Amino acid sequence: MPSEDAAPPLDVDQILADDGVRIVVCCGAGGVGKTTTAAALALRAAERHGRRTVVLTIDPARRLAQSLGLTELDNTPRQVKGIDVEASGGELHAMMLDMKRTFDDVVLQHTDPAKAAEIFANPFYQAMSSTFAGTQEYMAMEKLGQLHARGEWDLIVVDTPPSRSALDFLDAPARLSRFLDGRMLRLLLAPARTGGRSMFNLVTASFGMFSKVVQKVLGAQLLTDLSGFVAALDSMFGGFRQRAEQTYRILQARETAFLLVAAPEPDAVREAAYFAGRLREEQMPLAGLVLNRVHRPAAALSAAESLAAAERLAAAGGHEGTVEVLRAHAALAQQAVREEQVAARFTEAFPAVPAVSVAAQPADVHDVDGLRTIGEAISRS
Amino acid sequence: MAASEQPAESAGRWPARLHVVTGKGGTGKTSVAAALALGLAAGGRRTLLVEVEGRQGIAQLFGTDPLPYEERHLADAPGGGEVRALAVDAEAALLEYLDMFYKLGAAGRALRKFGAIDFATTIAPGLRDVLLTGKVKEATTRTSGSRRTYDAVVLDAPPTGRIGRFLNVTAETARLAKVGPIKTQSEGVSALLRSPMTAVHVVTLLEEMPVQETLDAVAELTQLGFPVGRVIVNGVRPPVPAGRAVTAAELERGLAAAGLPTDGPTVAGLVEEAHDQQVRRELEDSLRGDLVELGLPMIELPLLPGGVDRAGLEALAETLVRAD
Repeated sequence: MPSEDAAPPLDVDQILADDGVRIVVCCGAGGVGKTTTAAALALRAAERHGRRTVVLTIDPARRLAQSLGLTELDNTPRQVKGIDVEASGGELHAMMLDMKRTFDDVVLQHTDPAKAAEIFANPFYQAMSSTFAGTQEYMAMEKLGQLHARGEWDLIVVDTPPSRSALDFLDAPARLSRFLDGRMLRLLLAPARTGGRSMFNLVTASFGMFSKVVQKVLGAQLLTDLSGFVAALDSMFGGFRQRAEQTYRILQARETAFLLVAAPEPDAVREAAYFAGRLREEQMPLAGLVLNRVHRPAAALSAAESLAAAERLAAAGGHEGTVEVLRAHAALAQQAVREEQVAARFTEAFPAVPAVSVAAQPADVHDVDGLRTIGEAISRS
Repeated sequence: MAASEQPAESAGRWPARLHVVTGKGGTGKTSVAAALALGLAAGGRRTLLVEVEGRQGIAQLFGTDPLPYEERHLADAPGGGEVRALAVDAEAALLEYLDMFYKLGAAGRALRKFGAIDFATTIAPGLRDVLLTGKVKEATTRTSGSRRTYDAVVLDAPPTGRIGRFLNVTAETARLAKVGPIKTQSEGVSALLRSPMTAVHVVTLLEEMPVQETLDAVAELTQLGFPVGRVIVNGVRPPVPAGRAVTAAELERGLAAAGLPTDGPTVAGLVEEAHDQQVRRELEDSLRGDLVELGLPMIELPLLPGGVDRAGLEALAETLVRAD
């Protein structure tokens, strides 16, 4: 029984209908149905609440992407056809993040074409733009900032990258800033800024030793590439940092609603609890928890009762079909109890966070009808 | 011949020395890696369970304090074996590496002071992977006296989406370092990872996305020349006898015979549950079929109803090492 001071159930319709809410961020551990939830919410915002909505997905399942008309990764929002928006007047657009391309666009925006070409050709840029742990998170933030700045949409629903940790999404801008402000970077840049020929003409004892080590371990060619990369990026640092900070502030504003997505499994719930704590620290608006893949028995028989009856019937012989059904029901009822216990770890730690449970779907969702069903399930509080 | 030099029963089934365990996030690859390390240690052998992503997943699984960058006793295996654990940290690995090859001392500390390592691994993640896999290689090939230190090393590797790039260290570093010790190091790692001493196992669930990622990962690994070991299907629910769908009338008679309520909602609820189960089973069968088509040895691990605790891990370990 919920106690009296427990939060009310999460009402996503209220969030999706609120004109003041312009961004919904879905975050949580990998494998909990984050992308599907984001897509279902966006569809509902368009169909039910008449909002001009765009959903930014990071790495959707192929068939889900196809159902949204996303057949290629072209980094531009495409309108989703064949949805039911006649009555509401809403629109749904969808896009998949292309990390490398977003990075390239940022570079192009902040520098002249000749310099951009130089940066693109640098092996360090190629490595960083495609593999930097955090690039995907940073680029998701960047894309969110761009979509927001275009002002074409009433609502932007963002799916966050399937990171090692859900926190990476929040940490990416700060990490980038740290990186750009790093002492190391300034040391490498010093000669370039003063027009010196060698990047290691900066004479401090330990740095001299450092440079010897680097030359020895990495080789001179690598240093040349690195120096070229750092110097080329130098002109863009201000812009980079400014944008990251801007997006960060948008995330703190009243126009943003964070939704944690989890499944009733220990890892996913722990991740959701970490994230809830972090959002609180960062003063970011946490709207609630969507608990996906919850198993609910459709019949009210208890597990013990059901199992005992199955054993009785099995011993007596006959009624094989019923025995099977009762055993399956008992397993389901036991699972439901365990899931409640796991979910309680979150609700006990964050009693004020509204939550909603979404029943596990018997089959995976990969069409608009399926998304609509999920949207209804999330909204039924 | 010492006990641990006897080929254990499991050795024929798990011939590799380095077991790389990957899988989509949420499929339980850390649990599977831990179970494999336990299973392969059983009967007086010693294994090392390694993690490289700084997640402290092993510590969480075993309920221990966060693991340091140091090989420590993690668990006793049944029959007198031992599992040790190691959380590889790229920065510590780099300093160790530099010290080993260049006797750096103070210069190594200077590197850290300038944030050079953080910088280097940020700007060139391939370098980070060389350091991490380099440490794994070192542990796999290390000997104490005339014997190998570890009978097997099990790596809780990055997820399927990153595994190709993570293992393909030579390609990543070749872009950056065309000569020099880093290049030599990465070539050594690459040789081990592409040899029969290594097996990459992919963990999945019978769900659409994990299965799709498994198919993609196997294709990618094969194309890159890494030896793929087994497909490990985790969280498999007990098989339901494939009967015909039970009718409401039949169910009502059965419930009555068992002395249970036969009211409308109970019967309808149970019929609905049975139907959902049927849908689920058909989907699982079709996904299993997709996996079988890969033609790789496949193992199914049961869903642990009570969550993954120590007893559960041992049960999984047992299933893994007994698998055909």
